[in-house]
Amino acid sequence: MAHIDVPGGVPGIRSLVMFRPETGQHLYALAQVLLRGDSPLTPAERELIAAHVSARNNCTFCRDSHAAAARELFEENRALVDCVIHNVHSGALSLKLKSLLNIAGKVQLNGKEVKQEDIDEARRNGAADRDIHDTVLIAATFSMFNRYVDGLGSLTPTDPEAYAEMGRRLATKGYSLPQPVKD
Amino acid sequence: MAHITLPEGLPGIRGPMALRPETAKHLNELAEVLLRSDNSLTRGERELIATFVSSLNDCFFCQNAHGGLAQHYLQCDMPYIDQVKSDFQSTNLSPKLKALLSIAGSVQKGGKHVTPEQIERARDVGATDLEIHDTVLIAAAFCMFNRYVDGLGTWAPQDRNIYIERAKWRADEGYVNFDLYK
Repeated sequence: MAHIDVPGGVPGIRSLVMFRPETGQHLYALAQVLLRGDSPLTPAERELIAAHVSARNNCTFCRDSHAAAARELFEENRALVDCVIHNVHSGALSLKLKSLLNIAGKVQLNGKEVKQEDIDEARRNGAADRDIHDTVLIAATFSMFNRYVDGLGSLTPTDPEAYAEMGRRLATKGYSLPQPVKD
Repeated sequence: MAHITLPEGLPGIRGPMALRPETAKHLNELAEVLLRSDNSLTRGERELIATFVSSLNDCFFCQNAHGGLAQHYLQCDMPYIDQVKSDFQSTNLSPKLKALLSIAGSVQKGGKHVTPEQIERARDVGATDLEIHDTVLIAAAFCMFNRYVDGLGTWAPQDRNIYIERAKWRADEGYVNFDLYK
């Protein structure tokens, strides 16, 4: 049960933003710009970074919902999502994306863990300033979302189909603020 | 030097915000609601939570920018803010704020570190659901802001007095509709 009186039966962050739409609207708007807006990284790659950081933060709800979104968006390459989450070597990942995931993992620990050599490696593999900026901000943002979702003990579904459905919704409709439950 | 090319001369988060105004807009609007909108927690109390978490994350820019604002609103001095950062239980803060700072400290480690006992303790000393919610989200949000600032290796003035001097101005201008370059 959640630590505070959020709408019953609503999973994860959706229950929290229904409780507090004044902050929720900005969280969803941020997610939409960051994960679907203009970027040199595809939405699939950005969802993968989000799922990777969420896995490292041990946040099941965010990991499984964003992994499901990434699978939808990667289409035939969906198997590489599991490789990233389970930290298995995947030849299908580009060197550029590998080095950005490395930076995201450092950000998850603490911003200061990102070293010049991490940046140099990303650049050697073709990353430009905007790739690095967006990677750092996605990793930082999921370090917030993960703590928000787990810090208030929100409902975490256990049925894989629940996440598959979220993945389809996020892949097709993106991020829009859930509307309050009507009495 | 920052890890990426940022507009010159802007300290801390202002560089990346100037680089990417589309995300900055929502970051600033979130900060405005969390730290300044009407709330049963005062602006000073909320800035103190932000300062405490930024200190735990060792983010120099955020802990001084928000510490400066906290001392301005709370009408105390920086040694008092530093005491809160190092050992808030030994300060004269209210039992409610101490209980909320304890929750914020757990959020900084990871969301799952928050225990039902901490929540119960906060309720026992008068915290509402909204105050608990906002404390968790402020702590979580500063785990984001701190990582954004340090993950890009941004520059920050090292003289702490600069942050104190600018606090009154920052308090007046708020987090939206301000000039990044001033």
